Amino acid sequence: MSDDELIWRIAGGSGDGIDSTSQNFAKALMRAGLHVFTHRHYPSRIRGGHTYVEIRASADEVQSRGDGYNFLLALGDSFARNPQEEAYYGNEEIKPLSENLDELREGGIIVYDEGLVSEEDVADLNLEERAEENDWHVFPMDLRGLAKEHGREVMRNTAGVGVTAALLDMDLEHIEDLMSDAMGGDVLESNLEILHEAYEIVNEEYEFEHDLRAPTGEHETEQALLSGSNAIAYGSIDEGCRFIAGYPMTPWTDVFTILSQNFPDMGGIAEQVEDEIAAAALAVGASHAGAKAMSGSSGGGFALMSEPLGLAEMTETPIVLLESMRAGPSTGMPTKPEQGDLEFVLYTSQGDSSRVVFAPATIEECYEQTRLAFHIAYEYQIPAIIIYDQKLSGENTNVPVEFFDREPNPDLGSTLTEEELKEAAHDASGKFHRFAYEHESGAENGVSPRSLPGQKGGRYLATGNEHSPVGHISEDPDNRVYQMSRRIQKLDHIREELDEEHDSNQTYFGDESADFGIITWGSSQGAVAEAVDRLNENGHSVKAVGVSDMMPFPETEMVEFLESVDEAMVVEMNATAQFRGLIQKELGRYGEKMTSLLKYNGNPFEPAEVVESAEINLNGGEEEPSAQVHIEPAAGD
Amino acid sequence: MSAFNAIGDEREIDREEYTPGVEPQPTWCPGCGDFGVLKSLKQALPEVGRTPEETLVCTGIGCSGKLNSYLDTYGFHTIHGRSLPVARAAKLANDGLEVIAAGGDGDGYGIGGNHFIHTARENHDMTYIVFNNEIFGLTKGQTSPTSPKGHKSKTQPGGTAKTPIRPLSMSLTSGATYIARTAAVNPNQAKEIIAEAIEHDGFAHVDFLTQCPTWNKDARQYVPYIDVQESDDYDFDVTDRGEAAQMMHETEDVLNEGTVLTGRYYVDDESPSYQQEKKDLGRVPQEPLAERYFDDDAEWERSYDLLERHT
Ligand SMILES: Cc1ncc(C[n+]2csc(CCOP(=O)(O)OP(=O)(O)O)c2C)c(N)n1
Ligand code: SF4
Ligand SMILES: [Mg+2]
Repeated sequence: MSDDELIWRIAGGSGDGIDSTSQNFAKALMRAGLHVFTHRHYPSRIRGGHTYVEIRASADEVQSRGDGYNFLLALGDSFARNPQEEAYYGNEEIKPLSENLDELREGGIIVYDEGLVSEEDVADLNLEERAEENDWHVFPMDLRGLAKEHGREVMRNTAGVGVTAALLDMDLEHIEDLMSDAMGGDVLESNLEILHEAYEIVNEEYEFEHDLRAPTGEHETEQALLSGSNAIAYGSIDEGCRFIAGYPMTPWTDVFTILSQNFPDMGGIAEQVEDEIAAAALAVGASHAGAKAMSGSSGGGFALMSEPLGLAEMTETPIVLLESMRAGPSTGMPTKPEQGDLEFVLYTSQGDSSRVVFAPATIEECYEQTRLAFHIAYEYQIPAIIIYDQKLSGENTNVPVEFFDREPNPDLGSTLTEEELKEAAHDASGKFHRFAYEHESGAENGVSPRSLPGQKGGRYLATGNEHSPVGHISEDPDNRVYQMSRRIQKLDHIREELDEEHDSNQTYFGDESADFGIITWGSSQGAVAEAVDRLNENGHSVKAVGVSDMMPFPETEMVEFLESVDEAMVVEMNATAQFRGLIQKELGRYGEKMTSLLKYNGNPFEPAEVVESAEINLNGGEEEPSAQVHIEPAAGD
Repeated sequence: MSAFNAIGDEREIDREEYTPGVEPQPTWCPGCGDFGVLKSLKQALPEVGRTPEETLVCTGIGCSGKLNSYLDTYGFHTIHGRSLPVARAAKLANDGLEVIAAGGDGDGYGIGGNHFIHTARENHDMTYIVFNNEIFGLTKGQTSPTSPKGHKSKTQPGGTAKTPIRPLSMSLTSGATYIARTAAVNPNQAKEIIAEAIEHDGFAHVDFLTQCPTWNKDARQYVPYIDVQESDDYDFDVTDRGEAAQMMHETEDVLNEGTVLTGRYYVDDESPSYQQEKKDLGRVPQEPLAERYFDDDAEWERSYDLLERHT
C-alpha cells in the first residue's frame, strides 16, 4: 500500500450528480500528474439510494481500488425524501455519511453537508467519539447553503470539491479549466464562485491538523481518462466496425450508448431493436452482407442471443458479441459486478461450440482484445466474444493518449472480391463453393473464404442446417464429419496464431521463481497484481497470472505456469469456481494443486482480501478469512 | 466502382436461372401450396428485373423455410422466427440488394411475432412473404397461430380455444405500407402481387395462403377464392387506412367460414422507408456500408481523434 495516495470517496444519492463530479475531479487529478483509478458503487435505481464513487490517485500506477479509503465527501442524500409524503425513507439522508464510516482509514478526513443532514442524526452516529478513536478529521460544512447563496442547490457538489481541494492543498487551476470546458454563462460563473468561496472558507476558518495532502506526480506524456466501455468501443471503431445492434441492459448499455453516439457520424449504423434475439440476428445479417458488425448484452439479454450465436457458428458468419457480466442468476444484482457468466458464455447454444472468448483485465486490454476479436472473427469466420463485467465497464483509469495512435484496420478478413471469385470453385450450375473442402479452397487453417450477396459469381445458401459446399442442406455422413471437423478445428488454428503471431494475452506478475501461484482472470487481475506486490514485500514469494484467453484455452502457457508452482490459488468473483473448473477441464489435471478464492457479495476484490487469503493458504489453510470471501480447498483435500 | 456488380445489372433474365442445379425439384409434398410461392417468385423476379445475384432471400424454419433451397438466389436459411432481423440488417448494410424474407405462419406470426411487428413498424424496404397454411407443417401438423378456433391437433386434442391471429390487421396497425393476401391456387394474382410487393419502397407484407394437404386435410384448399379488387361485392379504397382496416377485418372473419378473400388491402406509397428516413436524417451512410470496405481510398475514422473528451 502506498502511503502517499489519496482515495477520495464522494457519497450521496444516486441522481445527485456524483458521476459527473467525480469524473471531473479524477480528470483534474490526472491533469495534475497523478495516476487515477475510479470505482463506482451504485444501486439499481434512478433516484435515491446510496451511491458512491471512489477515486484512487497516486504518483505511481494504480490498477485496482485500494483497501478502504482516506477522504470522505458525504453530500447527504437529497433524493431520500418521498416527495408525496414529505417524509424520509428511514434515515436515508444521512446514509452517505453513516454507511461509509467503516471503511475509512485511520487519519482520514470527513467532510459532510451540514446543510442537509441534521445535527441529531449526526449526534446519533457517535461521530465525535469514533473520530477520536480513529484519528479522523471531521469538517462539517453547509455546502447546500453555500450553493444556494451563489447559485442553485444542485451546485453543492462544486462546494464539496472546493472544500476537498482546500483541505488537500490542491491547486484549483485544473478544476476551473474542466468546469469551463463543461459549462458556460451564468452556470459557470455561479459554480466558480461557489468553488472559490468554499476553498477560501476552509483556508480561513479551519485549522489543519491532518496530514493527508494530495500526492504530487508528473506524467511524461498526455493522458486520457477512460473506462473499459470506452476502450471496447474505441477498439471496435479502429477495427472498422460500423454496425451495432442492441437493446439496453446494464452494464452493456455503456458501450451501446457510446457507439450509438459515434457511428452515425462515421458512416456507420446503430440500431436499437426490439429484443436481444433481434440484436444478435441483426449483427449476423449485417455481417453476412459485408459489414463489420457487433452486438452484445449482459447476462439476461445474452441468454436471448444463444440461438443467433449458434447460427453464426454454423453459417461461419463473423460477428463480435459483448457480454458485460453483472451478478446473477436471473435479474440478480443489476449494478453489481460478478464473473458468474463464464461457463454460460463458453457453451451456450446447442451443439459443440466453436467460438472465441477473450476476458480483458484492464482498459488497455479492453481495447487490444476487442481489436483482436474482430481480427480473429473476420479472418476465421467465427463469433468472437468479449466477456467483461460491471466493474471493468465503469471504472476509469488514465492511459497515455499515444496508446491510441494506431492505424485503423477495416479489413474484412477472409472475404473474396469478384475478381477472386472467378478463380474459386463452383458447382456445375455456377453456385459458389462457400463451404469448400480444404483441398478446393487451398486454405490450411480450416477457413473457406466467403462471398457477399450482390457479388457476381458468389451465389450460395447460408443455412443453420448442416450443409454441403454450396450450402445445400445435407445429412451425408462424410460431408457432416468434414464440415464439422473443419469448423471445430479452426480453434486450433486460432490458438496457433495467438501463440505464434501475437503477444500473449496473459499477464504475469511477481517473483518468477515462486512456488506459490495465483491465477485469476478478467477484471480481478488488478487487485491480484497489487496483492502480489504486497505479498512479496511482506517476505513471501508469490507469482501470478491473469488469464484473458478463455477459448481457445492457452494450454501451453497454463501448463507451464502450473508446473512451475507447488500450489495455486484461483481468484474469481463467483460462487462455483468456474474458471478453476475450466482449467481442470481443459488440462485434465492439477485439481489437487488448485484452491479457490471466491467472492460473490456484489463487490469486487480488494487487494487486502487476496493478500489475507494467500497468507492463509501459505500457512497451511487452516484459518478463516475475515472478509466476505470464501476459500475452497483443492480437490482431494 | 462497385464491389457488387450483380447489383443493378440490366439484362434479360431467364426464369430458369432461379432453378438450382442441385435438387431442382423441391421435396415438398405433392399438392403443397408452397410450390405456388416458388413459382410466383420465379415469375415475378425476372419480370421486375432482379437477377439472382442481386437478390437475397432470407427464410425461417419450416416447410416454407426451404424456399431458398429451391430458388437459386443468394440465400440465408436462418433460424425459426428470425428471418426478419437477419434480412433487414442485410438491407441496412447494403441497400442495393433486393431483400425478401419468407417463412411460415408459425415462424412469422408466432415465434417471430415480435420481429414482425417491429420490422413492419420501422417500414424497412423489403418484402415479407408468409406462407400461411394455418398449421405447423414441418413439425407434423400442430395447431398454429392462424389455425381456426376449435382446430384439433395432437397438441390440441380438445380443439383450440384461441381465436386465430389477424395477420392483415396486425400488419396494418404495426405499420406495414403494402399489405396483400394471395393464394397458391391463384397463380396469376400471386405473381402480380409478389411483383408489386418487390417493387414497393417500404415494408411489403404478403399473407400467402398455402394449402397443406398433408396436415390440413379436411381444411382448406382455398378454393373458390375471390379477388376483392375484381369482385363487385367489395368496394374500398386501398389507400384509406380506415377502409382497409374494415376490409381486412371482414376478410379475416370470413376465412374461417370458408370464404377466401384475396387481393391488395393497403397501399401507402407516400411514407418513406426506414432507410430513406435515416438517410435523410444523416443517420445511415448515403452509399452502402458494405461498399466502403472495398474502397481503397476510404478514410477510416480513428478513436485517436475522439480522445480530446477524455483528456
Ligand atoms: C426455436 C425453435 N422452436 C421450435 C422449432 C421446431 N419447429 C420447426 S418448424 C416449426 C413450425 C413450423 O410451422 P410454420 O412456421 O407454420 O411453417 P410451415 O412448416 O407450416 O411452413 C417448429 C415448431 C425450431 N426449429 N426452433
Ligand atoms: S407438410 Fe404440408 S406444408 Fe409441408 S410440404 Fe407437406 S404439404 Fe407442404
Ligand atoms: Mg405453417
